[in-house]
Amino acid sequence: MHELSLITETLAIALRNAEAENAQQIHRLTMAIGAASGVVPDALQFAFDVAIQGTIAENAELAIETIPVTCQCPQCQTQFSPPDWIYECPTCQTLVSQTLTGREIQLKSLEVS
Amino acid sequence: MCGTCGCVSENGVTILTPDHSHHHGHRDDHNPDHTHHHGHTHSHDPQHTHTPTLPRTLDLTQSVLAKNDRLAERNRGYFLAKNLLVLNVISSPGSGKTTLLQATAQNVGLSCGVVVGDLETDNDAQRFRAGGIPSIQITTGTLCHLEADMVLTAAQHLNLDALQLLIIENVGNLVCPAAYDLGETLRVVLLSTTEGEDKPLKYPTLFKSADVVLLTKLDIAEAVGFDEATALANVQAINPTASIFPVSAKTGLGMAAWYDCLQDYRAGIGDPS
Repeated sequence: MHELSLITETLAIALRNAEAENAQQIHRLTMAIGAASGVVPDALQFAFDVAIQGTIAENAELAIETIPVTCQCPQCQTQFSPPDWIYECPTCQTLVSQTLTGREIQLKSLEVS
Repeated sequence: MCGTCGCVSENGVTILTPDHSHHHGHRDDHNPDHTHHHGHTHSHDPQHTHTPTLPRTLDLTQSVLAKNDRLAERNRGYFLAKNLLVLNVISSPGSGKTTLLQATAQNVGLSCGVVVGDLETDNDAQRFRAGGIPSIQITTGTLCHLEADMVLTAAQHLNLDALQLLIIENVGNLVCPAAYDLGETLRVVLLSTTEGEDKPLKYPTLFKSADVVLLTKLDIAEAVGFDEATALANVQAINPTASIFPVSAKTGLGMAAWYDCLQDYRAGIGDPS
């Protein structure tokens, strides 16, 4: 359940940016979560509902965009989205370790007023 | 930080020094006579209003783990300057981490210190110290993983200049520690024979992040019906670049190859003296 740690840090970044913009309220936070980041969106949502109490984000909505995993084969350079956790190149069947996307844990944007 | 023993307690995370025997009472400076008014000091400028500003979107695209990643990079530089090989060892609870690391620290041929993370107790640090291995315990309370800043604070309680190998035994957990870089040289993930061959398929995020995978408790593989070939294939399918060592800390089986691996990495870091 590291989602509570992640949300606490997300909220700290959000509050810092909202304050810098003289915002009085945060209405919406949008996060980008990679499908291979190890983060469970439901757990993130649960932690968010607890963490926002007593802050200017108290009534805010959390929107989570999922970023799919994409890889590039180091042998034949094919870019592909693996259908499961085994990242096998569909062209030459090489097993790939590195991902291009899919590991993100980001705060993308805030809606404030 | 506690002025008596140097132990640290913050948000439920405590670093227990070996001589931690005194009581940490609750210090409270709130005097009941404290009744004066805290006035605010900003000027009342008629131009200065607090009406809500117009709704707008702030584009940030910031990594939530940026702070930990930055601290981990700082750790990496600090450890490198001390020519330390640093392992971040992650596994399920009960996979044999402490036994394997005790054997490693005693037989690897490198001077070794250990930072141990657990939710509660300093039993593991005591086990290391009983074997003459310098160790420091971090109790995380309810926190399910170690973070870079905790590791640096704890590691500085060890005499790092006298060490060649620093082992960080992470909290027993196959999920949360995956996301937190500690500034390690190598991430070592354990898979014990009692856990089943398909653990890498069930916890792919962590196994994908491993530099080294140790198959542990190999001495009881037959008794628990563990199929080593299937386990190896599963690790390789999830993480084709990880080095894999099947070992038994109890019998010493396969341990020499693991020690050689650590010696080689240490030799590559700096002065091997």
